[in-house]
Amino acid sequence: MDFFLQLLVNGVCVGLLYGISAMGFVMIFKSSSVLNFAHGELLALGAFFFLALITWAQIPIFAAFILTLIGCFILGFIIEKFFLRPLIGEKLIFVIMLTVGLAAMFKGLILLIWGGNLHTYPDFLPESLALKLGAIYIAPVYTATLVISIIFLVLFGLFFKQSSQGIYMRSVADNQKAALSLGVNVRRVFALSWAIAAMVASMSGIVLGIINGVNVHDLSSIGLKVFPVVILGGLDSISGAIIGGIIIGLLETFTGGYLSPSLRDVVPYIVLVFILLIKPYGLFGLVEIERV
Amino acid sequence: MGEILLQLNNISVVYSDVIQVLKGVSLSVEKGHIVSLLGSNGAGKTTTLKAISGLLKPENGEVTDGSVIYNGKNIQNQSPEYITRQGIIQVLEGRQPFKYLTIEENLRVGTATRPSKPYKQDLEMVYNYFPALVARRKSLAGYCSGGELQMLVIGRALMAHPQLLMLDEPSLGLAPLVVQEIFRIIKKINEEHETTIVLVEQNAHMALQVAHYAYVMENGKIMMEGASKDLADNPDVKEFYLGMAATGIAKSYKDVKAYRRRKRWL
Ligand SMILES: Nc1ncnc2c1ncn2[C@@H]1O[C@H](COP(=O)(O)OP(=O)(O)OP(=O)(O)O)[C@@H](O)[C@H]1O
Ligand SMILES: [Mg+2]
Repeated sequence: MDFFLQLLVNGVCVGLLYGISAMGFVMIFKSSSVLNFAHGELLALGAFFFLALITWAQIPIFAAFILTLIGCFILGFIIEKFFLRPLIGEKLIFVIMLTVGLAAMFKGLILLIWGGNLHTYPDFLPESLALKLGAIYIAPVYTATLVISIIFLVLFGLFFKQSSQGIYMRSVADNQKAALSLGVNVRRVFALSWAIAAMVASMSGIVLGIINGVNVHDLSSIGLKVFPVVILGGLDSISGAIIGGIIIGLLETFTGGYLSPSLRDVVPYIVLVFILLIKPYGLFGLVEIERV
Repeated sequence: MGEILLQLNNISVVYSDVIQVLKGVSLSVEKGHIVSLLGSNGAGKTTTLKAISGLLKPENGEVTDGSVIYNGKNIQNQSPEYITRQGIIQVLEGRQPFKYLTIEENLRVGTATRPSKPYKQDLEMVYNYFPALVARRKSLAGYCSGGELQMLVIGRALMAHPQLLMLDEPSLGLAPLVVQEIFRIIKKINEEHETTIVLVEQNAHMALQVAHYAYVMENGKIMMEGASKDLADNPDVKEFYLGMAATGIAKSYKDVKAYRRRKRWL
């Protein structure tokens, strides 16, 4: 029973991270209908950027974390402005090929600078962050994950529900023509969704790097997990992405814990195929409102 | 003759480089007036509005000839972002709400041309015009009735403080009483805010009641124009757009109705 609860907690934590990073992917898709195949590389870039800041530049941990988030936010902006904007209005396949190309480029860049080996962050999380609930032990990194995830979710909720810019972003995702007719700056919305997606991806990259170590192949393959997550959650639902993420996180940890660690990366995809057979729009895909 | 706010000089509009829809349309809109644009399906009314608001571009359309002068400035083929910031807001045909946003969030999108300015007073103003929206402010627009949605999209446009408001068939598919209510409010907005309004309508009867001046379009050209009163008395207009024979008896009402029903499926 304790083992079960232990896995449950770990699974939820990792799943939250998957979910939050998938949220960025969904955001780009919702606002501009672009499937971003470079999502995993954005995760990896964030993790390595943070590594560079704390090991080479010796910047204090918290400052390095914030700097990474800001840096990746700007990077997202730049990617949109220089690579995607010229392709607005082109066929979807070109845009997808572009993101595949970006993925290769980022991965190559990381391999060039850091190589393909496993790096680790120095152990900076204090043991005092650990929680003991009865026999369950929550390691500091998982506590930190929970706290950071909740902070991000609350901030996102406020941004999209309360702020004008957040509401403009949702309006573009909802009905682009109507948004244009009211003067919403649609290009800025595209740029902002890339910026936010890159920032959130880097956050997930850093935390996953703390949990699993920093390796370009591992981190970018986590980017692929975005697909089972968003397909579970529905490609167009942000809260669905979070729930999808938690489900995939739980599946993985339980498979790793009870069956075999070598199966853990495969099972999500198997389950995914079954779910798609039953519910092709994902478990939480938006039900199209059809009464207008 | 008062000051001219908007002037179209002989404009041609072409979609996808080959499909010519407007063939030399000229019209002028006096400041503070309601000007109605009538015409049957496919006449080019919506295209005319889009040529003004800049919304042709996303549909691969272009003003190839002539000029659009607004407040003395040449604005043809400018981006919608630019044109909305000059004070022109088009309310699209078929209502087009943001279905997954609440009524109040929908209204807030109307502030896009002047972000980070206070908007609370404007919400009050819209709720004053459309009290029916207050009770539904927290519900998703996707679940609102057609009448509520028409009020919503007009209110959403008002949030932008438009100088020129262009309404594309606000009466489409609404019950007669609701249509009357909407037209009453359009008139009120025009009077209280001195908003200039371009009103595209199939419901010529209602449109001629509120408008000061009207144009009749057919096949991408202006066929007729005049003060609303004069047009309402014109025998041709009576026959084709008011559904009355010259004697004043309803004649082709059935045809009109049949075609309106078809239009809803579009
Ligand atoms: N994006 C487009 N590409 C090609 N042709 C178009 C496009 N939009 C409209 N048209 C054509 O232009 C003509 C005029 O269309 P428009 O929508 O302006 O008419 P309308 O007067 O608004 O009609 P309705 O009363 O049915 O709304 C139609 O024949 C239509 O098929
Ligand atoms: Mg039309």
